[in-house]
Amino acid sequence: MRARRIKAIAVKEMLQVWRDPISLMIALLMPFMQMILLGYGVSLDVKGLPVCVFDREASQNSQALLKHFQASEYFSIVAGFDNYRDVTKALDRGQCQLVLVIPSDFTERLNDFGTSSVQALVDATDTNTANIAIGYAQAVVSGFSSDVQLQMADETGSGIAMLQPVAIESRVWFNEDLESRDFIIPGVVALVMALVGAQLTSLTISREWERGTMELLVSTPVTPMELMLGKLLPYFAIGLLDAIFCLALAVFWFDVPFRGTLATLFFTTSLFLIVVLGIGYLISTAIRSQVGAAQIGLLVTLLPTTLLSGYAFPIDQMPTIVQGVTYLVFARYYVTILKAVFLKGSGVLDLAAPILAMVVYAAIVAFLAARAFHKRLD
Amino acid sequence: MTEAIDTPIIAEGLVKRFGSFAAVDHVSFRIAKGEIVGFLGPNGAGKSTTLRMLCGLLRPTEGRALVAGIDVARYPERVRERIGYMSQKFSLYSDLTVAENLRFFAGIYRVPRAIRPERIRFAIDMAGLTGRETMLVSTLAGGWKQRLALGCAILHRPPILFLDEPTSGVDPESRRRFWDLIHSLSADGVTVLVSTHYMEEAEYCHRVALIDRGRLVEMASPSALKQLKLGGDLLVMECDALGAAIAALHEAPGVQDVAAFGNSIHMLVDSAAPAIEALPAYLAQRGVVVTRIERIQPTIEDIFVQIIGADKTKGPAS
Repeated sequence: MRARRIKAIAVKEMLQVWRDPISLMIALLMPFMQMILLGYGVSLDVKGLPVCVFDREASQNSQALLKHFQASEYFSIVAGFDNYRDVTKALDRGQCQLVLVIPSDFTERLNDFGTSSVQALVDATDTNTANIAIGYAQAVVSGFSSDVQLQMADETGSGIAMLQPVAIESRVWFNEDLESRDFIIPGVVALVMALVGAQLTSLTISREWERGTMELLVSTPVTPMELMLGKLLPYFAIGLLDAIFCLALAVFWFDVPFRGTLATLFFTTSLFLIVVLGIGYLISTAIRSQVGAAQIGLLVTLLPTTLLSGYAFPIDQMPTIVQGVTYLVFARYYVTILKAVFLKGSGVLDLAAPILAMVVYAAIVAFLAARAFHKRLD
Repeated sequence: MTEAIDTPIIAEGLVKRFGSFAAVDHVSFRIAKGEIVGFLGPNGAGKSTTLRMLCGLLRPTEGRALVAGIDVARYPERVRERIGYMSQKFSLYSDLTVAENLRFFAGIYRVPRAIRPERIRFAIDMAGLTGRETMLVSTLAGGWKQRLALGCAILHRPPILFLDEPTSGVDPESRRRFWDLIHSLSADGVTVLVSTHYMEEAEYCHRVALIDRGRLVEMASPSALKQLKLGGDLLVMECDALGAAIAALHEAPGVQDVAAFGNSIHMLVDSAAPAIEALPAYLAQRGVVVTRIERIQPTIEDIFVQIIGADKTKGPAS
């Protein structure tokens, strides 16, 4: 193996990327666009859910309940109606996702029986959002209930009202604000890195075939190993640059807390890049057309990473067989690592298991990639 | 190793089959140091396939190739350090400049750093690209591209050059310059194997190998080929009645073959001098007046057409 040859190839590759607008866009613009798109687009939080109201009582009490809803960050009241037909229509055309109907005897029942109820009509097209909406609505109503209880206790002078004998005092760790974005963004970084990395290298060998430069390259004494290293080194540098860029966006733009060390991040990101670039290179040696290689590259990285890496959809809620499959998805380990480094501040030792898995993965990919390219035309 | 020095290229019974099709069919030859050998033949005759086997780009189905005394199939990398190759299709990097391409190949061939600028300078001068070092290769005209490709192939001073149709699609002026370069390399002891489909370029070679349908039909110097293969002398004749003359000449003694060639007649005779003496009188008796008759040198094309024609009647129909 000769450093001179590796350097010659690396320099050539850099010049080609620099002069090719498409490669340059994949290298520099694509990570930025994907981070912004996915960072804003993917959120599992329910906030400012549109609510329509049909207040049949219009009393002080019913207004107080609605104020509770309005004050909650999860809901925003968008319209009020005075008949069932209109609220049903509003729900149908998607003006709101939740309709609150306050009965005309709301206060009366409260005074007479000490208990009353309101009706919530929920658009459950998206069951996940519907469940969350119902949960939040119940929380708002129970907040209002305790207000009413305290008020009644005051008025009757009976002192302590009926308080719950046992209550859970929960404290949330690692993602204190329960912001789904904090938990998704580190995963988005992994997704973007997987996409960009594989796209960059999946073209590198097929380009030589397509442009006819491979024939001459094969006739030179360059070895497959030198070719691989020379071609991957520039993309490793670009990949690291992209990683720094994406991670900076996560921390400074999306305000995701970063509690780990940069050293851990650098080490694990390098490992991940070796795997991703190696897979792109493998694809490139197998498929001689650039378009074909790019498509296979997308297929191999995008689908498993979005669905099976656990970046947004929790792995432990998947069927057992699918959970088994996720162990083959290399991005899964990096997602785990990134989330832990960001939110828990985990170090290399805490992450020994996923790191080991990535080392094994990198070794296999490097071994296959080194053997994949044969210097022959037939 | 003396054989390796004196005979840098040896092919022994090379065969390349793609499926049931034999692109190269038992080709054997030896090429001496400093020789320029031309592979001549129509497209698809197997010239490129043979060159690619000699460079180790294709693995021979049968047979053996020794280049610089090294078995190509066994040690392709060792062979590649000693050869320069120009492929049929232009295969430098079009999105790199002239100088960047040269630096790239200098790096790949590990030209020592100390002499690298001088070698690159030489290649640029040779290709006539002085002042165009920073131009993108994609903007160069065909002739310059070919010479740059040759420049890249000789940066590491290989003792053996394989050039696959290096002059195809290049204007005649550039082609002549190119052949001048090849001759000066040969004078320095470089062995050159070059394929072409321009018949007239055969004249530039020390020896010519005629290749047809995968087989080496003949291999000799251009002059020997012309002597040997016609089995007689070629005459050109002009007269006042072309058709009558051709009919009469078919019967004439000492005439082997007659063909119309534009307004004149080309004919193959046993010997030139007696024919020039006797034929005008012979034709005059039959009412044909000969205005001109003289001996001409056959071209390689004449030879090639005749050999391939004879070969086709023997060989299988294609």
